[in-house]
This record gives sequence, C-alpha cells and structure tokens, in this order.
Amino acid sequence: MAAVQETIDQVKSIDVTEYKYGFVTDIEMEKPAKGLTEDTVRYISARKNEPAWMLEWRLDAFRRWKTMKEPDWARVNYPPIDYQDIYYYAAPKGAAPQSLDEIDPAILETYKKLGIPLREQEILAGVAPENRVAVDAVFDSVSVVTTFKKELAQAGVIFCSISDAIQERPELVKKYLATVVPVTDNYFATLNCAVFTDGSFVYIPKGVRCPMELSTYFRINEQNTGQFERTLIIAEEGSYVSYLEGCTAPKRDENQLHAAVVELIALDDAEIKYSTVQNWYPGDAEGKGGIYNFVTKRGDCRGRNSKISWTQVETGSAITWKYPSCILRGDGSRGEFYSIAVSNGAQQVDSGTKMIHLGKNTTSKIIAKGIAAGKSDSTYRGMVSAHRKATGARNFTNCDSLLIGDQCGAHTIPYIEAKTATAIFEHEATTSKIGEDQLFYCQQRGLSEEEAVALIVNGFVKEVLQQLPMEFAVEAQKLITISLEGSVG
Amino acid sequence: MLEIRNLVVKIADEDKQILNGLSLTVNDGEVAAIMGPNGSGKSTLSYVIAGKEDYEVLDGEILLDGQNVLEMEADARAAAGIFLAFQYPLEIPGVATMTFLKAAMNAQRRARGEAELLTPDFIKAVNGAADRLGIAKDMLRRPLNVGFSGGEKKRMEILQMALLQPSMCILDETDSGLDIDALRIVADGVNALRDPKRGFLVITHYQRLLDHIVPDTVHVMSKGRIVKSGGKELALELEKNGYAGYADAA
Ligand SMILES: Nc1ncnc2c1ncn2[C@@H]1O[C@H](COP(=O)(O)OP(=O)(O)O)[C@@H](O)[C@H]1O
Ligand SMILES: [Mg+2]
Repeated sequence: MAAVQETIDQVKSIDVTEYKYGFVTDIEMEKPAKGLTEDTVRYISARKNEPAWMLEWRLDAFRRWKTMKEPDWARVNYPPIDYQDIYYYAAPKGAAPQSLDEIDPAILETYKKLGIPLREQEILAGVAPENRVAVDAVFDSVSVVTTFKKELAQAGVIFCSISDAIQERPELVKKYLATVVPVTDNYFATLNCAVFTDGSFVYIPKGVRCPMELSTYFRINEQNTGQFERTLIIAEEGSYVSYLEGCTAPKRDENQLHAAVVELIALDDAEIKYSTVQNWYPGDAEGKGGIYNFVTKRGDCRGRNSKISWTQVETGSAITWKYPSCILRGDGSRGEFYSIAVSNGAQQVDSGTKMIHLGKNTTSKIIAKGIAAGKSDSTYRGMVSAHRKATGARNFTNCDSLLIGDQCGAHTIPYIEAKTATAIFEHEATTSKIGEDQLFYCQQRGLSEEEAVALIVNGFVKEVLQQLPMEFAVEAQKLITISLEGSVG
Repeated sequence: MLEIRNLVVKIADEDKQILNGLSLTVNDGEVAAIMGPNGSGKSTLSYVIAGKEDYEVLDGEILLDGQNVLEMEADARAAAGIFLAFQYPLEIPGVATMTFLKAAMNAQRRARGEAELLTPDFIKAVNGAADRLGIAKDMLRRPLNVGFSGGEKKRMEILQMALLQPSMCILDETDSGLDIDALRIVADGVNALRDPKRGFLVITHYQRLLDHIVPDTVHVMSKGRIVKSGGKELALELEKNGYAGYADAA
C-alpha cells in the first residue's frame, strides 16, 4: 500500500511522538481583566469599534446567558468551569495591522511554523491557480490577516473577518446573524453571542462559483484565554463555496475554552462544503490540560435544492462537544455529514450531527467513523427527524466505531423521529476492535505494528477522507496516524 | 532448517510454565507433524516460534537456518521465512483482503531489500492461488476474515502461505472446522507447496489430516515436551491407542 507507506514515512520524517503544534509564541498581548461582566462585553465591543446595535445585541445575549445553565447531558466529565477565571479577549498590542508588513514578525513566524503561508507571493510561487487557498488567520481574539481578498472581490466574493464584516457590510450581518443558531440556542452559543471575538465572514453572490478554497486558521496562543469564534457563510442562489478550518493551540497544563458558533446559509440551488481539521491540544496522556471544544455549528438549507455538507476530522481537544447539523428547509435540499473522530489518551468526545428534514423530498447522509484508543471515550450522538410536511424525506446513516486496545470506550446514541409515514430512514452501525492479537497476526504476515495500525485505520476512514480537498486529505491522514501513535503495545 | 533446543517458556504475566525443555528439528524439505492432547502446549510453541509477546522464554533457543530468531520482532521473523497458519485466524476490519495481501507481500519484500511487486504480477499471483484453493474473487474484496466461515478462514491462511512463499510453514490445527471436501482442498494446497527447500511443522490433534498431508516424521507432545518421535506410522498408533499412554511420560 503505497499510501500507507507514505503516511508512515511522513510521520517518521517529521519525527513527532507527541503534539507537534504545542509551542508558544512570545508576544505582548492586550487583555482586559479576567472574568465576565457587562463591562467585559462593552470592552470587547469597544475594542472592535462596533456599532451600537451590535453592543445591544451582545448585552441582551449576556443577560440571557446569566439565566441559563451549562448542559450536562453529554457523555463527558470535567470539573466545573470557572467563567470568572478566564480572559475573554486577547489581541496583539498596538494598532490593527493594515498589511502584512505591519504584522508582528512573531505572528508571521507562528503561522510559518504551523505550515500556513500568509504571504501571497509565497503561496503564488509554487501553486497552480486552481489549487490556491485563501486564508483568514485568527490569532487568539483577532483576525490578523486575510489573504487573496482582492482576487476574491473581483469575483464578487466577500471573504473577511466577521469584525470587518460588521463594519463594512452591516446589512448582511444583520440580515443573517443568528438566523440559523438563535441567540438562546444553548448555553455555549449564547455565551458566544455575548463575547464572540473573531472568525470569518463569507458571502458568495448569486451564480458565483468561488474561484478558490477558503480557509480559516484558528490559533489559541495566550494563556487562560478563551477563544470565541464566530463564523457566518452565506451562499446566494446557485453559488458554490468550499471552506476549510484548521485549529491548533500550545501545550498547557490548564484547560482552555473554545466556544464557537458557525452558521451556514445556502439559498436556492447553492452548495456549501465545510471541512474541519480540528487539532486543538488534546491534553497529556493523563488528561491534564487541553482545549474544551464546545461548538455549535449549523447549516440552513434555506433554498430549494440547496446542499450543505460538513466534513470533520477531529483529532484534538481534551473534550469535544460538537454536532454540526443541517436544517433541510428547502424542498429537495440535501445535508451531508462525514466525520472522523479520533481520541487517544484521556480525550473525551461527544459528537455527531442533526439532520432536520422540514422540506419535501429532502435527503441526508451521515457517515461517522469513531476511533478510540488509549483510555479515551467516544460517543456518536445523531438525530434524524422529519417534520409532518417533509414527505419523501430520506436519510442514510452509517456509524462505525473502531476500538484500539481494551481501555477505551465507544458509544452510539441515535435519535430518530419521523412525523411523516413517507420518510425512509436507514441506520447501520458497527463496532470493531483492534487488539494485540490482531496486530500480532498482521506482524506475522510481515507488517510492522505501525504499518498494521495505519493499514487498518486508513481502511476505516477512507470513505470520509475522500470528502476532503486533496491536500487536506493527506494532512488529515498524517494527523490521524500521529494522534494514534503509542496507542498500542 | 528450524532447530529448537531445550525451550522453556512461561506466560509473561503469570507464573505458569507451558513449555518444559522442548527440543525439535525440522529439516529443509521435511514435513514434521506434532500431535498431542489439548492443552499440551502446541499452539504456545507455534506462537513462540512466530514471536508473540505474551510469553517469556526462560531457557533454550530457536534457530532458523542458524539464525537466532528469539532476538527478532515478529515481522522480522516473517520476512526471514516463518509463516504461521493460525488455529483461529483473526478478523481485520476495514481492510480488503487484496489490500492486506499486497501490503504483507511488499512489507516482506522491503524487509529483504527486494523491489515491490508490480500490480499486474500481484493480481496474477493472487488470482492463480485463489483459483487453486477454490476461493471466490468477491471474497478477496471483503475485509480479511471478517464474517468468513471457519473453513474460509483456513483456506485464506493457505492462500497467504502460498503467496508469501515462506521457508518454514507452521500449521496449527488447520484441519479443525473443515469438512472433508475443504480438508482435501487445503491439503492439496499444502502439498503443492512441498519443496526441498521448505520445511513444514503440521500441528494436529487428529490423525485425519495426516492421511492427506503425509508427514516424514511424527512427534508426540505432552505437557510441553516432545515425548516420542517416529515415522508416519506413529500417527496411526496414536489414533488407535490415544494419548493416554504418553501423559505419564511427560
Ligand atoms: N496467554 C495465555 N494465558 C494463560 N494461559 C495460557 C495462555 N496461552 C496458553 N495458555 C495455557 O497453556 C496451556 C497450553 O495451551 P496451548 O498452547 O493452547 O495448548 P494446545 O494448543 O496444545 O491445546 C493451556 O493450559 C492453556 O490454557
Ligand atoms: Mg492449540
């Protein structure tokens, strides 16, 4: 298997036996006092020069949040979070950079180390136009740069930070913000509304096929700081966009919170493909440190025959609480969810999706692959529902778990709700296990232990990896192999 | 040539000794049979030769063509020519049999410093071997051993043996779970591989298999030792009188 060997070679060549992105960038940051009050919300809004309506919206959310309770239904365990012991905003000191030359070299160096080129000339040098990727780089609470804005603007595409969008396109933000994930949707989403800091804004006009891949790279750097990402993507009638997000954070002994809200809106005949390669610091093998990834991601197939697909490769975070979902409102619309969730060490994952069929002849597909190793625990939680009016709704769900070793756990919790007799929902689930006996069998045939694990894991995740853009698929495959290193023997 | 001298083995995490000074030689071109009651340590012997980690070798040595295999990892032993057809072949989820076979063959070739197989040559070799063993093509696309019947798994072991061309083949109770037709196919598969340069260690509880794979030598194992060795007539004698007479010899 050439691909397998390639993965192994790549893994060996970079010589990592542990989290590779755990370095810290030493840079002076501007932060308000720790803790969360109305003043914190005002501070964030003021720092971003927001219009009054935005501040009011945030304050409303904050007041609602104070009346809410943290959810406890997920199969994850963690000590209570002290929301007063977190910084809610951290930005590099000084005026916001207007061009790459004004960005602190330490930040540029950080992205270089992460393998994310920010200088357009460097990107242009070796890459064919069709393979270019525009990047929005979010460092703690602020977007430091967005590349290829000009080229994209020529096609009518807006790709900028959500902060810029609030300044420059308030009418679009007002029209769409919180129309997919309501302000009061859940505890973490409401918190995000009050204190969100940065994230990406994408607008694809009618009939436009976005000329390149868009991506956002989230980096948490500052200690004791939460990251509250907010992303909004709107695809007008007949448009298409493929978007990818990546995330990393330094190795730290204390837990850090990433509470994001991502909203996607696809109008008639539009298609949004949203991919995530999530590699937040997972904590050490005993469960010390790591990111709490509490994320609300939802897509609204608002128009007829629109399509939204979520693809996620989740390898990081101490705790993942995440259910990218689709509301299939437009008749004939389609939702897809492809997921690989890898957990090792003491990681805990409770992830899945919701496919909510509202329109006629809506279809959805769920392919979820969970790999648990070490002492980790992984739960797939999926909901498929059909409204009374969703005649002819169809769903196919395939949910497979692979356990490596015998100290990890995998669970599948499907919820199915059909209010129309014409809905056809299919569900398949399997659990398999790789133990020492299987590995010995493979070794007896000449494969090394790493080759054997890579072979089995690659076979297991192939179907989902195929959904990712080519260059990210290779990256993701590498990441999966690295995440499982030391999981056996 | 496989030489085992005074092998003493215990379970790694337990105080349980299973092989108690076992000695055995299998020459190139020889088919040696080991017969013995359940629990006498036959599978343990095969695992220790192949390099399974659950055991601790307290004494003795195992040499393959003069090379000490006890110092080698299991995959290196495989590349050196040791093949074990498992008593209970394992299921490898998500990996198509074809993919697995190619990965294994190429891994061994790499370990020996040989070039990887060209795909057309590989496919030809697999198809030929599968035909001879009556293995349907669609089985080769299914994940290895997953949902295969007992007989199908055993045939798949022989297929792998045929493709990997080992110099020392160990067959652990390959006859168990086979009906008479399948037994004949498997035995024919093994016989086709008999070669002056290849040794076989055929482990079985019953004489039946040895009607089809006729051994050169027969060794009786009891309580972790070889207690009697002889020619093929020894198998017939065992069939008639059972193992009772040997229990005390150990
Ligand atoms: N991993 C192990 N842990 C504990 N006991 C074992 C283990 N492997 C083998 N044994 C024990 O060793 C003895 C020999 O087993 P085995 O080699 O399977 O015999 P045979 O193949 O001749 O039936 C049995 O008593 C068996 O229960
Ligand atoms: Mg046995």
